[in-house]
Amino acid sequence: MESQLVYLDNAASTPVRASAVEAMLPMLTESYGNPSGAHIMARSARRAIDDVRDVLAEGLGCGPGDVVFCSGGTEADNLAVFGSAANGGTVVCSAVEHPAVREPVMQLGGRIVGVDRQGFLDLDQLRAALDPSVSLVSVMLANNESGVIQPLHEIAEIMAEEAPNALLHTDAVQAFAWIDVATHAAPAHLISIAGHKFGGPKGVGALAVRSGSSVPAQLVGGGQERGVRSGTHNSPGIVGMGQAAKDLLASREETNARVGELRDRLANGLLEAIPGAHETAVLSPGSRAHKVPGSCHLCFENIESEALLFLLERDGILASAASSCASGAQHPSHVLEAMGYSPELAAGSLRLSLGYASTAADVDHALAVIPPAVARLREMGS
Amino acid sequence: MNGQPILVAMSGGVDSSVTAALLKDQGYDVTGVTLKLWGGESDTGCCSVSDVDDARRVADQLDIAHHVFNFGDEFEEHVVGPYVEAHSQGVTPNPCIECNRHLKFDKLLRRATALGFDLVATGHHAKIVETGDGPRIARGADASKDQSYVLHMLSKEQLQRVVLPLGDMTKDQVREIATGIDLRTATKPDSQDVCFISRTKGGRQRFLETRVQLTPGTVVDRDGQPVGHVPALELVTVGQRKGLGVSGAGDPVYAVDVNMAERQVTVGAEADLFTQSSQICDLFWVGEAVPDDVTVQTSAHGRVAGATVVGTEVRWLQPHRRVAAGQSLVFYRKEGDAQVVVGSATAAS
Repeated sequence: MESQLVYLDNAASTPVRASAVEAMLPMLTESYGNPSGAHIMARSARRAIDDVRDVLAEGLGCGPGDVVFCSGGTEADNLAVFGSAANGGTVVCSAVEHPAVREPVMQLGGRIVGVDRQGFLDLDQLRAALDPSVSLVSVMLANNESGVIQPLHEIAEIMAEEAPNALLHTDAVQAFAWIDVATHAAPAHLISIAGHKFGGPKGVGALAVRSGSSVPAQLVGGGQERGVRSGTHNSPGIVGMGQAAKDLLASREETNARVGELRDRLANGLLEAIPGAHETAVLSPGSRAHKVPGSCHLCFENIESEALLFLLERDGILASAASSCASGAQHPSHVLEAMGYSPELAAGSLRLSLGYASTAADVDHALAVIPPAVARLREMGS
Repeated sequence: MNGQPILVAMSGGVDSSVTAALLKDQGYDVTGVTLKLWGGESDTGCCSVSDVDDARRVADQLDIAHHVFNFGDEFEEHVVGPYVEAHSQGVTPNPCIECNRHLKFDKLLRRATALGFDLVATGHHAKIVETGDGPRIARGADASKDQSYVLHMLSKEQLQRVVLPLGDMTKDQVREIATGIDLRTATKPDSQDVCFISRTKGGRQRFLETRVQLTPGTVVDRDGQPVGHVPALELVTVGQRKGLGVSGAGDPVYAVDVNMAERQVTVGAEADLFTQSSQICDLFWVGEAVPDDVTVQTSAHGRVAGATVVGTEVRWLQPHRRVAAGQSLVFYRKEGDAQVVVGSATAAS
């Protein structure tokens, strides 16, 4: 591979924190007992896992006993949606949800609520979609493409009036790295997170099921996680995620300030250097307070994302456009479509997502490389 | 070749796998690309994921970069849409030709230019031969696998940028190479039929039904007497013997004409299929017009026949089976050792 690789795809996955790797190793080499067992090695694994409950409880603003460990964001989202639907009633979600929410909702014949040009949930539409039969409303806390943070408190107020029996689920997979979920998602009954989005390993996540709420199990077996999610605990993964969360919570404010500045410099620099560049979800220049600090999401006129990504990779920039399908091909973004972007403009989207490890040098390199790549593609066509 | 960048279109089949391997061996700086053309059902799964996986893993094995380009919109616009439209007008389409024309040798070539590649290679079995008048497409060494027919439309300008490394090889040789270097696609079966239509999911009829209203028609004999019915005129091709709804013993009957306006299929004996001449449109000569004594191919793996082109007519040297409207007629001539494409036309309605 090229010597200098600038990683600007943190919304897809983040580098695993060194502290997390270090915390995981003993779980693989020493405390490898099955945490559900009774002997000393099982008990030590169990203790390590339970310590992570405490960390996540603090971060998510729930009780330690509310944390249900699972295999990641997709499982947490599926558990929330299919679990809630098992109690009967109608499920509702926003048009910009991750497929891990949207697909289950569509399978269940649920209702989809639109967003405005900025990516905010249309609250009038939400109100119209609600009635007492609704059992679940799922709205992601921060969007994986636009980075927009949804006003869950306002949403919960509308739900209290129109659908008093419904649970509020929020996919906080993108949000947790950046915002205080405990505060922002205080009205949510169910909260999904995934370890690899904030410096933990892949294949591990959690659904917080706030006490007083319940979801029936979707995986049944040995009855782990209070019967809500059976299966042997991924103890190395859980411990790695816990250490990453601990580091995150200790440094989030500082990281946000630093990365937010980097993101602003990157976005402003690209908008200035590239004609026909549009920053998504931003109605007036520089107003990004409603987005997570790592998100720089642009659309370029007369550009095809996959050609741009090809050139950027050759110049050492690793980024993405929208979601990728199983074949690895780029697909038109359902998020941009929901926000009212034309297919032509959406076809030229570029998601540069910074993370806790991003540096000023990364931004310098991106600012040096991206404008000429866009210019080249416009000149040569593709 | 000293590291000259080349983009290789890798479908996930053995031919394009070996193409990439050969070019890497020759010293090119090879980048593999798989075109995602179709998102619906096919015999290789949704989004052809398994083919993309094969291509990606062959690229990994060869230690070359691999990318996926989503040309789905262009495929719909230039290949699938026109395919449906042709059928609904009772015309027989050539989707592989349109895909090569618009996707592999237009969109992909333009994309290659923008990404800094002067050259694009594919695993087609055909040769590019140099003539006094620039490069031309000619038949590949393996007569049974020759694909010059579906590449006939490539211009001089396109051919200057295209590399076809398999033109001098037989399919068996290609498989031998693949086996020799242990490529995972070495024994993968050849692709069949139209790539966007699933044979296991109802085939052409089911596919067309989802897009257009199919038209039932009356089957009549040469005297215009009704002898049967077909559920979909769109699915009847001149020369077809089965599925014409004509029962009874006697000599087999063939579709000899499809008339969409009258909603009629005319059937006749095998002899009625043969004709002295075929009407053509879109006549095109690659270089100088050479209408006398060309050999003509009228379908992807069809037999060839001698003919002379006179105006808008191909006059066959021997009576020839009728050519379904819409089919390409590709004209060849022997030049040196090569059978070179010299022109083409489309069978008129």
